[in-house]
Parts: sequence; structure tokens; C-alpha cells
Amino acid sequence: MPDNGREYPVNGRPVPFRGGGFLPKSRRIIAPIVFIVLIGLWELGTRTGVISPLILPAPSEAFAAFMDLVNSGLLWQHLAASLQRLLIGWFSGTMLGIIAGTMIGLFSLARSGLQPLVSAIFPIPKIALLPLFIIWFGIGEGSKVATILFGTFFPTVIATYGGIDNVDRNLIRMGQSFGLSRLSIIRKIILPGALPAILSGARISAAIAIILLVAAEMIAAEYGIGAYILIAGSLMATDQLIAGVAILSCMGLIFAWVIGRAEKYFLKWRA
Amino acid sequence: MDLNLRHISHRYDEVEVLRDINLEISRGQIVCIIGPSGCGKSTLLRMIGGLERPTAGEVLQLGTPPEGCLNPLTYIFQDFALLPWRTVEGNVSLVLEDHALDGAAREAIIADVLARTKLADFRKAYPRQLSGGMKQRVAIARALSVRPAVLLMDEPLSALDSQTRELLMDDLVELWEKENYTACYVTHNLAEAVRLGHKIVVLSRRPGEIRDIVEIDMPLSDRAGENAELDAIQKRLWTLMRDEARAADRELLDAR
Repeated sequence: MPDNGREYPVNGRPVPFRGGGFLPKSRRIIAPIVFIVLIGLWELGTRTGVISPLILPAPSEAFAAFMDLVNSGLLWQHLAASLQRLLIGWFSGTMLGIIAGTMIGLFSLARSGLQPLVSAIFPIPKIALLPLFIIWFGIGEGSKVATILFGTFFPTVIATYGGIDNVDRNLIRMGQSFGLSRLSIIRKIILPGALPAILSGARISAAIAIILLVAAEMIAAEYGIGAYILIAGSLMATDQLIAGVAILSCMGLIFAWVIGRAEKYFLKWRA
Repeated sequence: MDLNLRHISHRYDEVEVLRDINLEISRGQIVCIIGPSGCGKSTLLRMIGGLERPTAGEVLQLGTPPEGCLNPLTYIFQDFALLPWRTVEGNVSLVLEDHALDGAAREAIIADVLARTKLADFRKAYPRQLSGGMKQRVAIARALSVRPAVLLMDEPLSALDSQTRELLMDDLVELWEKENYTACYVTHNLAEAVRLGHKIVVLSRRPGEIRDIVEIDMPLSDRAGENAELDAIQKRLWTLMRDEARAADRELLDAR
């Protein structure tokens, strides 16, 4: 039997292929198509009357509401108010969280003292504490920023000390064996090793920050995307409501994109 | 600088790991420690370098480390222990940064050790881009950069495939010919031990005790290739170890 022959022997057949698959890839063109088709169907539905405008306004109406917002100049006031709260709250919550998480990750005293506290406070929905925050920090910006700060602090703490716990102990032992100072080991081995976990914590806390932003702005805020949505809702102006929600969605996407860029930059050493 | 291990014993809670180890590591000598898995040979190595404290006994440094030595007792680890977020030169630089060296001096050391380990072309590479053998070469370069008095090697070739192991073994021999470093080399591979060791210490299974110490006078450069004398020594070591290894193999790991 020549093995380069193309013909199969009488009772031979190729071994059936059983591998492959289970490797979903994302194709770039699919996502925009899905969006366009969905919005197209929605628009068509409202135009033809299949979807009652009382139930759901047409995307074009929501877009018109958005353009009204742009033209009246109110958009920037709403956005500026929201972004300011979001950035101050998220940034300080994350920074404090990284500091506290590092303490818990490094020191026995902090670990035994703070970890149970964190575990006890983490599951509380921070919205429930909003009235307290208003009493403590005033009805103005203070209570809104505090809500976001508290909401982002705890997941960051947990991500940070989890990341530190997972740093390869052999690397730390290596550092000790070369006589590196404690500070060097923390700065050059432990923190870079925990960075992937800290960044994925930042992703989660950014999403939490947006949720809490809207919740906080629904109480006594003059400007802010949350306030805009609340007013739209109470007036049954569903087109404005949809426009506001779309703005929130875009904010979330931009946040995630920025963190994605940061991951790409800081974690370029990973494959 | 010589090292002297005196009456080292160790136990983890209930389990006795090492029992009364006495050993001399003299300058310019490669001492190989072999023994079945779980006999405490890696623990012993950690004690020699001060990473772990024995329950009883002590490790003494005799004499002072040579001039310019930045880290007298320096490890080479089985898993390389390279920082994945630093390049080859960054990994070497890491262990120099805590010493009072100016930038030019540090740069000179890095260039020198990378040249000696034939890594000069890979300065900017990240560990993930390197093969296992290259990673271990980086770890060797890093160890050499601090001018150690004694190299402590914990199964440095065990994570590599057999061909790479041969190549690195040749490198270690060549390096020893040039620099006459002192080393304590822990391995479970008898061929490595007879190829590199001036003195081979055979440990028993847990609790690890010294079963025998075999000295080989043959120069390292003569040991390559087929060698009846070395084969005979390796056979003898295996007979010493076989029953221990078989018993150790059947022990429960978490029997503590």
C-alpha cells in the first residue's frame, strides 16, 4: 500500500474529526449590525403603530429629545454635574480602597481588624444609607459624593487584598533572598503583582459608581443625568427618559474603554 | 567563605523533617544534596540561605564574603522566580537597585552578566517570550550580578526538558571552570549530581538524615560523555537510595 496514494484501501476510512469548537470569537461587524437592526425594527414598529408610543417612544423621538438637550445647553450642565460627582467619588473611593486593601493584604493587625468590618459593610446597598449620608454630609454635593465613595471603596478593598493574597509567594521569597528591603518588595513585587486584580476591581467599581450616581441624584439634585431622568420619569416624558438612559449607557462604555486602555498599558507584560 | 551546618534538626508541628544534619560547604566546591522527594532537602537549602529557621542547630558562615559581594548567599530557584512585568535587564536590575550603585556601575554589571550568560541579545525581552532554558539563564545572570559567595540552587534544571537540561548543565560546568564558584545544589537527579558535584550528600527519606557523603575527585571538565567511573558511582548512589525512594513514594503527603 503506497502511503502517498490518494485512494483509500478497501475497508479504510478517515478518522472522523472530533476536536475544534468552543472558541467563540467576536467579529467586529456583527455588533453594529445587531444595534442597527434592533433600532431599525423599533423605529419601524413605532411608525407602523405596532408599538404604541405610550409604551415606548420611537428612537427618533428619543434622539430629538437628546438634541433638544444639546441645543438648550442643559446637556453640559447635567453632564458636568454628574461627571464631577462620579469622578471625585470614584477616584477617592478607589484610592482609599487600594490603601485599605494594601493594609489588609500586608499587616496582620489590619487584616484581623478591618477584614470582618469590610465583609459586614460590603453587602449593604449603599442607597439604603443615603438618608444617613444626607444628615452627615448635607443635602448638597457631599452626600452624593459620599454615596459613590462608599460604594466603590469596598469592592476595591476586596479586589486589592485578594490580588495581594494571590501574588506568587515564590517571588516574594526571591525578593527576600536577594536582600531587598521591605518597601522594595511591596513596591516592586507585591503591588505590580496585585495590579491585574486591582484593575478588574476598578472595572466593577466604575459600574457601581454609575448606578449609585443615578440613585444619589434622584434626591435633591438640580442638575445631573439622574435628576434629568427622574424629572422625565415623573412627567411621563419617556423620550427624555430614553435619551437619559442612553447617555448613562455611553458613560459606562467610555469608563470601561478607559479602564481597558489602562489594562492594556499597565499589563502589557501579559500575553 | 565557607559554610558550616551544625546539628540541624527541624520539625513542622508533629512531623520531623530533618534530623541532626552536619555538613561543610567549602569554598570552590559544589556540594550536591540528593534524596527522595519529601526528604526535606529543599527545606535544608532554605535554611542555609536564611529563608527558614531550623528548630535546632545553626548554619555558620566561616570567614567573610569576598570584596564586592552584594548578596553572599544567593538562590537560583526551580521555577526561575522572574518578575513577569520586568524585562530581562529589569529582572537583573531589580536585585541591584537596593544597593548603593550609581547608574553607570549598575549598567556595567548588567551588561557583564548578560554577556556571560549569552543573553545580551535578549535584554528587552519579557519572561513570557523566553523558553524555560532562557528563563533559567536570566535567573543565573541575576544571581551572578550580586557576586555571590555561595550559590544555592534548588533543583534549577528540574523544570526544563532533558535537552535544555544538558545545555544548561554544560553552561554551569563552563561557568564553574571560569569562576570556581561555591555552590550547594539540591536535586533528585543522580546524573546531575555526579556530573556537577565535588561532594554528594545522600539524605534518607523523612526525617532526612545524612545516609552517606560521596566525594568525587574527577575534574568537572573530564566528566562529559560516557564515563565508567561516574556510572559506577551513580549506580552506587541509586542502590543507596532505591529503597528510600520506594518507601517515600508510598507515603501520604498530608500525613502531618
